Formats: sequence, structure tokens, C-alpha cells
Amino acid sequence: MLLTIEQVNVYYDNLRALQDVSFVVGKGEIVSLIGANGAGKSTILKTISGILTPRSGKILFAGRNLVGIPQHRIVRMGISLVPEGRGIFANMTVLENLEMGAYTRASRQEVAKSIGKVYTLFPRLQERSSQPAGTLSGGEQQMLAIGRAMVARPDLVLLDEPSMGLSPLLVREIFRLIREINEEGTTILLVEQNAFMALSVAHRAYVLEAGSITLSGNASELRNDSKVRAAYLGDVME
Amino acid sequence: MEYFAQQVINGLQLGFVYALIALGYTMVYGIVRLINFAHGDVFMIGAFIGFYTIERYHLPLALVFLSAVAGCTVLAVLIEQLAYRPLRHAPKIASLITAIGVSLFLEYFTSLRQVFGPNFYSFPRPFPVVIWEVGGILVTNIQAVILVVTVLCLLFLQFIVFRTKMGRGMRAVSYDYVTAGLMGVNVNRVISFTFGLGAALAGVGGVLYGIAYPQVNTFMGFMPGLKAFTAAVLGGIGNIPGAVLGALIMGQSETMVSAYLSSTYRDGIAFVILILVLLWKPTGILGAPRAEKV
Repeated sequence: MLLTIEQVNVYYDNLRALQDVSFVVGKGEIVSLIGANGAGKSTILKTISGILTPRSGKILFAGRNLVGIPQHRIVRMGISLVPEGRGIFANMTVLENLEMGAYTRASRQEVAKSIGKVYTLFPRLQERSSQPAGTLSGGEQQMLAIGRAMVARPDLVLLDEPSMGLSPLLVREIFRLIREINEEGTTILLVEQNAFMALSVAHRAYVLEAGSITLSGNASELRNDSKVRAAYLGDVME
Repeated sequence: MEYFAQQVINGLQLGFVYALIALGYTMVYGIVRLINFAHGDVFMIGAFIGFYTIERYHLPLALVFLSAVAGCTVLAVLIEQLAYRPLRHAPKIASLITAIGVSLFLEYFTSLRQVFGPNFYSFPRPFPVVIWEVGGILVTNIQAVILVVTVLCLLFLQFIVFRTKMGRGMRAVSYDYVTAGLMGVNVNRVISFTFGLGAALAGVGGVLYGIAYPQVNTFMGFMPGLKAFTAAVLGGIGNIPGAVLGALIMGQSETMVSAYLSSTYRDGIAFVILILVLLWKPTGILGAPRAEKV
């Protein structure tokens, strides 16, 4: 397994946000975490990327425990988070944002090559390369955030609500790109409120409720699960 | 007219020194959102390092500057790590009060007899003063040194901020430190670096100030510190070109008030400007409120 989360408990002060959460992500998979607002989905991603520290439990990435490793070192180990709300540096140009993604990489040539790859994936970013990133549309910003994460050449990308605030057309576009990135060999852990899209792109999924994992399985199984359908896919309970 | 031009020159001399101090205020604020009130005292330490290296050790001017830069940088990095870092996640007011505490500590500790002592010392001239007359205006070689050194510092700063990896890290941390961390930026190191860089400029400013207004005292950092802070607010706190612009305006207004009204009001003008800025444009001349696209 590329990523193994074992019995992780995370607290905000005295409030328990994650309760004995355990799950795995295999190399090459797209795994999705679905659940309602406040279920703890973002908390999981923040904990993996070192923004939050668990009170107990283990986070094993390629065999190494990430707990206690500072945030900036986790990026170097091969995990990139695309944060909720995108976290674009609006005061920098599109190109500078992409270069920020390569902050941990030394070789300028290699970085230029990675940026070139991002431009083929997202041609619109190349057109706007010297434009301040703050002037991009929401969808373009999301592409920039994903592209920026890719420039770090991660083994695992954590995506936090990539569909947030985007039109249905753009959402479909973003998910097509997520699949493309995955097919090129990057493992993806995806957090989404849009459970329908998440389940259509993911191989496997976990359902999170009030800080605990309550259900797991193949995405196609969960898509047909009556409880999931009722709670997250808008079905009427029979 | 010549009198006015002469005042403009004098104002520039003062403004350039203020700029070197104001940059430290504005960069530190940009990175950690803290008004580092001890910054004026770091400037004072720089002036004293200049005083000792010239008076006692007769070092050449370049080494005098380097000593002040090194001393102030180390001091500021220590202050950040010992006083501010433990309070990084505490309410802002705690850091602000600590900054005032550090400022008072530096002023009173150094005024002990065993340290610098409480007296005014006259700052030795590191080179003979030459006065040129250019079209009826008097220009000294001191003013030339201040101009050249300040411009070199600004170019160096520009290079650091826009052409180096550390500079890119600084800009990222200043915009959003959590996301900067996600890019692999070592946020703590960037913060230390920024304190050190600001202090280095203040150290240069301290030596220049000592050369131009040749008297040092352990409380000398207070007023220039406040004025440089005002300059940073006037230009838009957190904004680097703004700090220089604000400092030049402060230098001019202070000199003009002394020349045409009365030197009694020269300190007062700083606070009149501060109050007016806070009333009418709290974001300063070049600072713009940040808008976020959702």
C-alpha cells in the first residue's frame, strides 16, 4: 500500500474531529472520501499533509510514518495537497505559481519540463502564463492549483473539493483531467461533497460520518448502495 | 528657491535612512503580521556597532557596515526565535506587547554602564567631510555615501525578493503561509530570514545615521523607529516600494516643517501624517485591500 492510515485520532482543542480512522490507498488508485460538511474529510487531508498533527495513530507513506514530520518535508517525500479554495497566490503570475510548485526541486531544466507538461495538460494556463493568477476564473484557478501540485512530481496527490464553486461543465472537465493524471501514474486521494462525480471517477471510496468511517467499498458498489444513494446521491428513501 | 532645493537635499538624506528602517518594519509585517517595535532598537545597535568599530578598532568603512549588518542580523534572528516564535499561534496582542517589551529591554539593558552606558557619545567621522557646491546648493560627501549605499541596498533587496528562491518563498509566505508550506517552503526559515534581512538594512541605516547625525545614545532608535513605522504605514504596510516612498515623504515633510515652520514641530508632523493616513486611507498609498475570488 502507498498510504496506510491506522487508527488516527485528530482533535481541534478538545473537540474530536477524527475518531479511529483507518483506510488505505494503493499505488495507482483513485480513492475518494465522501461525506457531509463537517464529517472530517478535509481534516484527513490536512493531517496527511502535516498541517494538523494527530493525537494518536499512524500515517504510513511508502512505509514511513509521517506523524511529526514538518509540513514542508512531507512535500519532498512525494505528497502534494491541492487545498480547498485552491490556495492560489493571486499576487503572482500563473508561471510563478507553477514555479512555486517546484519549490522543492533543484534542477531548473527538469522543472521547465514539468511546467511544459502541465501546459499540455492545461493549454489555457499557457495562454495566461504571465497574467496575475488572481485574474483567472474559478475553473482556471482550479486547473492552476492542480497543475502546481503536479509540478512537484508527487506520487500522491490529495485533492480537497476540486469541484467547489464550479459550473457543471467545468466540474466534468476537472474530473476528466483527474482521471488523465491518474492514468499517467499518479495516485489520487480525493475529497468531495459531489459524491456522484467522486464515485464516478474513483476506484474505491470511503464514507465518512461525524469523524468516523462508516462504509467502504468499490466505487461502483457504493454507487448502488441504498444508504449512500439516499444520503449523498439524492435518492428518496423507499 | 535655492533654500528650498537645499531642504529637498536634506530631506532626501533623512528619507533614505528612514527607508532602510521602514523596509524592516514592512517586510516583517508582510510575513508575520507583527509590528516589530524592537526594530528601531536594532537600528540603534547598528549605530553603536558602527560607533565601536570606528572609534576603537578603526576598521575601514566597508567592514564597519559589514559588522553592523552581521551584528544586527544575529540579534534580530535571536529575538525572533526567543521572543516571537513561541507566540506564533498566540493572539496577536501577545506578540505586540512582547515587541514593546523587547524594545524596552534593548534600550535599558544597553544603557547599563557595563554595556554601552547611558550617555550621548559623539560618533566619529570615518572620513573627512567634503562639501561641494552645485548651482548654489551644498551637497556633502556624506549625502553621496548615503545615496549610494541606500540605492545599493535597495537593488540588493530587489534582487533577493524577486530573483532568488528565498525571495519567492518570502512572497509566498507573505501571501498565505499555509499554502506556502504546502509548496515545501520552510516557513520558519523564511520568517527568520526576513527578520535577519530587515535587521541587516537597519544596521546599515544605523551606521549611516551615525555618520550623518553624529551622536549615538541607547534611546536614539525610538524616534527614527516610530517615523520609519509611520513611513511604512503611509506607503502601505507590507508593501516594499511603499515603504521607500513613505520614507521619502516622511523625510521631506520633516525637513520642510523644520525649515518653514519650526523645528519644534518636526516630530509632530510624523504623527499628524500617521493619524491622517489611518483616517483616510488605512491601507496606505500603495497598499490595496486584498480581494479573493471564490
